[in-house]
Amino acid sequence: MSFLSKLKEFFFKNDKIKVGGGEKANLKQAAMGKMTARERINALLDEDSFFEFDLFVKHAGKDFGMDKKDLPADGVITGSGTILGYPVCIYAQDFTVAGGSLGLAHARKITKIMDHSIKMGIPLIGINDSGGARIQEGVNSLAGYGEIFYRNTLASGVIPQISVILGPCAGGAVYSPALTDFVFVVDKISKMFITGPEVIKTVLGEEISMEDLGGAKIQSEITGNAHFFAQTEMECFEQIRRLCSFIPFNNSKKANPYPAKNPKSKYAVENIIPADPSQPYDVRRVIYSIVDDSDFFEVQEFWAANIVIGFARINGDTVGIVGNQPLVLAGVLDVDSSDKAARFIRFCDAFNIPLLTLVDLPGYLPGVDQEYAGVIRHGAKILYAYSEATVPKVTVILRKAYGGGYIAMCSRHLGADFVFAWPTAEIAVMGPEGAANIIFKNEIAEAGDPNEMRRQKVAEYTEKFANPYVAASNGYIDAVINPQETRKFLIQTLQLSKQKKESRPLKKHGIPPF
Amino acid sequence: MNSDNKIYKFVIDDTVYETKLTDKFRKRKLYAKENPDLVKAFIPGIIREIKIKNGSIVKTGDVLLILEAMKMKNVVASHRDGKIKEIKVKTGEMVIKNQLLLEFE
Repeated sequence: MSFLSKLKEFFFKNDKIKVGGGEKANLKQAAMGKMTARERINALLDEDSFFEFDLFVKHAGKDFGMDKKDLPADGVITGSGTILGYPVCIYAQDFTVAGGSLGLAHARKITKIMDHSIKMGIPLIGINDSGGARIQEGVNSLAGYGEIFYRNTLASGVIPQISVILGPCAGGAVYSPALTDFVFVVDKISKMFITGPEVIKTVLGEEISMEDLGGAKIQSEITGNAHFFAQTEMECFEQIRRLCSFIPFNNSKKANPYPAKNPKSKYAVENIIPADPSQPYDVRRVIYSIVDDSDFFEVQEFWAANIVIGFARINGDTVGIVGNQPLVLAGVLDVDSSDKAARFIRFCDAFNIPLLTLVDLPGYLPGVDQEYAGVIRHGAKILYAYSEATVPKVTVILRKAYGGGYIAMCSRHLGADFVFAWPTAEIAVMGPEGAANIIFKNEIAEAGDPNEMRRQKVAEYTEKFANPYVAASNGYIDAVINPQETRKFLIQTLQLSKQKKESRPLKKHGIPPF
Repeated sequence: MNSDNKIYKFVIDDTVYETKLTDKFRKRKLYAKENPDLVKAFIPGIIREIKIKNGSIVKTGDVLLILEAMKMKNVVASHRDGKIKEIKVKTGEMVIKNQLLLEFE
């Protein structure tokens, strides 16, 4: 064969496989409102940056007539490319080929690219669109899942791992996304569950649609399994690219710095917070008032909204922000908000992202349902995560910081490097009403006018303790600051913390509460 | 966020806060003490056998019913000593979760 004909054969083979499941299957995919695996990779990565691995891999099925079937690229496309100019590894399951089902060769392609991303120290992005295990390959496909989970775990805290759910991801398959750092879902396209509607109906008699059981909205609002929700696949890819701009490639690097920008002037700090601690406000407005360009990239916006988490930049450098949200449930800590914050704190700590904590909470949420749901062990996660974190930790107490909630929200006692308080801060064991009712119980009961006595005692307690100065007099707060100077102090302290070194007792690993 | 976007009064440690509530919080199941006279289905399934009659005297651990669910014949055993007042189901009947099966006196 001549050089030219060899080249022709090469192009022919390439093109044939790259059609995936064929024209008909691709049209079907489009009819479901879904892009094909190749379209997705090209839309997500920088233009022309995709470099494909293992195009010619053939599937390993031998039984049930599978040996006679050709499955192009075995239903998964793997390779590397760049996002914003920085390298990533990626795989995308191809639903047009045998429903994106996972067989041995399919799994080996994925684990190969995972090994590559760990070795090279670059983020891994997995696009999931698969009917699940390839039943014809039996236990080999189970082995494939197990080998993926194992690598997800090894890679955890070493490289950022991103899962994108663009189709069904059910049964054992959902445990790979669950082991990764961020899960992206798209309305009406993503479906995640362990057991589907049919099994639930047969076994339990409960009837539910796939969408209501494990659709994108459910995963974003109810379960907390997903971190980012988008209306369309293109919006989802934009979100992924944005996330990549805030995080480093791996745990030995810092996030890339950007040119510093001032916050937008419409978010003037003095107009945001009502001095009365019982009045609500949106803590995100405080965030907009202190971060670069008022640009805040919120994580898990729709789940456990009583705490706000996300990324922003201060003076060009990424920070991870955790803030109580007085607008929702008065900003209490509960089972879900503790889980949400704790995981985010651990991500930031693993990837050298300084933590900024904004405090305004009345404490933990009371209730039988919370106690029965294990608020003790869930609430403990946030204590553990903050105490364990060795990245720079800066805390600003905006208003109320009561009781256990004060301790939990990155207090000095959990190792905060800098603790600031606004003059509106109230750092106390509980709110004035509750405290007065306990401390002055007898005086109030025995008074001629108990309500007047209670009012007096509440005022007395408020005057004495509902302020930042008692905590400051004990050195628990480093400075009471003018709210308008918050950004200035944050820039200074983060600058000061850049060389921070803090060591921990040597151990194999801790045993965080689950 | 799942919320009706209304501002509620929300009390923690005697302080009244004004804030939105999540649907999850508003729809949470309020605690109610279990009535020890009632035996309910812990899983949906089919009643395969009834081992007692109205008026039977039973001891803790005695088998009351066999409830088949998820291909398993589950033994429903008595959680207390007492006299059966009324059996509310028949053999072969499909029951849903938390359906009342029988009542003690």
